[in-house]
Amino acid sequence: MSQATVVAEAPADELDLGPELADAVEGAWAEDTEKTYVIAPDRILDVLRHLRDVQGYDFLSNLTCVDYKGYGGKLRADVDARLEIVYNLYNTRRGGGSIGLHVRVPEDETVPSATSLYAGANLQEREVYDLFGVKFEGHPNLRRILLWDGFNGHPMRKDWQEAYFEEDVKPFRSRHPKGEYAFHEDKIPWAKNTTYPAGWDPDSWQEPVAYVPVSQAPHHENEPHLDTESIVVNLGPHHPSTHGVFRMLTRVEGETILALEPEMGYLHRNHEKIGERNTWLMNMPFTDRLDYLNSMSNNWSYALAVEKLAGIEVPERAEYLRVIMAEFTRIVNHTWSIGFILNDLGALQTPALYAIEEREMILDLFEAVSGARMMCNYMRFGGVVRDLPEGWHEQAAYLANERLPRALDELDTLLTENEILKARGRGVGYLPVEDLIALSVSGPMIRAGGLAYDIRKAEPYGIYDRFDFDVPTLPNSDIYDRYYIRLLEAMESVRILQQALRDIPEGETLGGRGGYTLRAPEGEVYSRIEAPKGELGFYLASDGKVAPWRYHVRSPSYINLNALGPMSIGYKVADAIVILGAIDIVLGEVDR
Amino acid sequence: MASLPPDFQQLKQDQLTPFLHDEIAVPDELQANVLITTVDKIYNWSRRSSMWPLLFGLACCAIEMIATAASRYDLARFGMEVMRPSPRQSDLMIVSGTVTKKMVPAIVRIYNQMAEPRYVLSMGACATGGGPFKEGYNVVSGIDKYIPVDVYVPGCPPTPEALIYGLLKMHEKVDRQSVTSVPWYRKDTSQFVPVPRLGPDVFDPRQVDLIKDTTLKAAAATTAAAANGASAGATEHARGPAQLSDKAIARMEEAKRRWREKKGLPE
Ligand code: SF4
Repeated sequence: MSQATVVAEAPADELDLGPELADAVEGAWAEDTEKTYVIAPDRILDVLRHLRDVQGYDFLSNLTCVDYKGYGGKLRADVDARLEIVYNLYNTRRGGGSIGLHVRVPEDETVPSATSLYAGANLQEREVYDLFGVKFEGHPNLRRILLWDGFNGHPMRKDWQEAYFEEDVKPFRSRHPKGEYAFHEDKIPWAKNTTYPAGWDPDSWQEPVAYVPVSQAPHHENEPHLDTESIVVNLGPHHPSTHGVFRMLTRVEGETILALEPEMGYLHRNHEKIGERNTWLMNMPFTDRLDYLNSMSNNWSYALAVEKLAGIEVPERAEYLRVIMAEFTRIVNHTWSIGFILNDLGALQTPALYAIEEREMILDLFEAVSGARMMCNYMRFGGVVRDLPEGWHEQAAYLANERLPRALDELDTLLTENEILKARGRGVGYLPVEDLIALSVSGPMIRAGGLAYDIRKAEPYGIYDRFDFDVPTLPNSDIYDRYYIRLLEAMESVRILQQALRDIPEGETLGGRGGYTLRAPEGEVYSRIEAPKGELGFYLASDGKVAPWRYHVRSPSYINLNALGPMSIGYKVADAIVILGAIDIVLGEVDR
Repeated sequence: MASLPPDFQQLKQDQLTPFLHDEIAVPDELQANVLITTVDKIYNWSRRSSMWPLLFGLACCAIEMIATAASRYDLARFGMEVMRPSPRQSDLMIVSGTVTKKMVPAIVRIYNQMAEPRYVLSMGACATGGGPFKEGYNVVSGIDKYIPVDVYVPGCPPTPEALIYGLLKMHEKVDRQSVTSVPWYRKDTSQFVPVPRLGPDVFDPRQVDLIKDTTLKAAAATTAAAANGASAGATEHARGPAQLSDKAIARMEEAKRRWREKKGLPE
């Protein structure tokens, strides 16, 4: 099934751009952590084109921005430009590490948009525009995305302060060490978490005109006698099919979708801003709440990034525990998402209840080991926080060897050959895998399109290179395959679990002190894992202090939504609901 | 007719007893046909036995809400399994998760659309007070800043058991209400909550005067400072007075005193 699984062949190249582009590189940054190159703003598109077309870096994984105002570190001592756009590119045919590029932008200047080369830059550039105020020239639809039109300022800038601002870094002096507290509400006359620019007069406030997607598609040209019109239909933010607070603006003609725009930000909880006030360790419980179905893998991804940055070793037993937790999580996620894809197809609740039954069994294990069902907060820098309690291993082995394989087979028997699932799923939501890659889509979605790209093989982290497992792929890139690939992946997870539970050694579970007083060395890091929903990456920049200078989450749910519009066009409204369901998003991670 | 086993009769009697009126005696010959109860009891019993929640999830807590409704915890035992997506058909809004500024106008609108009697349960730390994300620039510190809440369930997320406990508390609350005094049968009491608007930041139409007072004053101060040649920009954002009000200080002192008392610390 997976002869062509992408594996890491060679270490990431030194950047060799050839003679024509050699002058585009202005320098390298942070030599000793991640190798990244600083590119001149006006040459960035040329460099990207070269990397994509000549060197095969076809996957723009991460695009974000860092505001260096007031930066105290040594690395940027002689740099004036305030903002820095960061790109991380991967080669999906060869595996291996990333090429990191930086572009330095002074405050009011624009950057050329990468959307013409990588369609997947769309949402990420809009996010940078929204939160940092960087304008991308040539972006087709540069609007705010997480906040609303009319919001005052760009909140991720270092000099933008929230209404409840107290200090730059926690623990706040008002709370620590004396343990006193004061209500923020008491300091603000209207007792709410809001702040308004001086001189603003609410009486004369006009809300900006609501955005409506324009459709490129013409009316029925071949049926001129029909006087039809396309209309705008809004789904959400409170809509039972959107899996949370998400909104789809569609332009439809009859039932057929002509254009679809995702609207998000209804759960934008400012992880990144809060993450820059928190110390390194304080962010760990916040990562739980990103993709709240999979707190264990979020923990792991963040811990890996910090370990890479600070050079922390992880003991053997902890590595195994991490794999075990992450694979259990994957099963939880995949069975859950299968249940809800079926829910969206109209098989109301029954498959979901089957999935939730298994989930409860696994959550019991999580609760026993971490104390919480959902928000496990289990990993630390250098290991995991606690060893297994008594009886845990036996129960886990029972699940992995007996119960879960049976449950997955049962789902398979009940669903895979189901007529309705086939009728509704075959050929719906089709997008060729090349387009998916260009749109920066990752995870089960691309494997359901036939590309065996799995970070556990393509750039192994932890101890995944020790396990014998396959990367399943399916050829059709439609809803049916996206359902089925999840089942197959859950079965592979069971295989990994069986091996890990068999081989796990005794020993300590936490090397060092778990990062309670961590000060990561100056530098930056981008590190990613194969989370159940796709590539979950953390981009961290450190100035050597107790808190991250920049804490960015590259979340698969958010970036996979790039494909929602293109995938839905031409299908019916009812299909769009399932297409969204089959992307498998979690709003906590979409909006962060 | 085959008579039911006696213990079943007893069970039935036990369940009926709370609803029976204890002052008006029913003649013996009518005992099997007539029950005398009060309007309140019947009214509340029927309301709380089929309290339909709004199908409406905000964040992580919603997942635990789904788990509560699912196989293991089975909300159907309380007559609550019918989650209605339409606010018109639902009695209870479970605010399950972080309320953001972008979302709060929609929530208030949904609340306004619910028919009375309606109840609100705030599930989790976020809906109650902002939770871990309280300081966030897009986070509302508690849904009760905008709409009235009946029951708060703490936790992050509350376990399904906790949520069920909160729902049972809600039932108790319903049981204590009386048709003669509930607000929704009185004149002029049932009013729409003004829907918050999205300006440079979200604002509550009820507080416009207060906001105007501060922002316009701040602008005047900036202009005056600029005119005096002093450094402008110090009052760029209207944050309001940093000094705490007397009421707030008294509240904090009281809270501290209670805390000391509880811990047995000296004053
Ligand atoms: S209280 Fe906790 S679990 Fe609930 S929505 Fe807030 S962060 Fe999520």
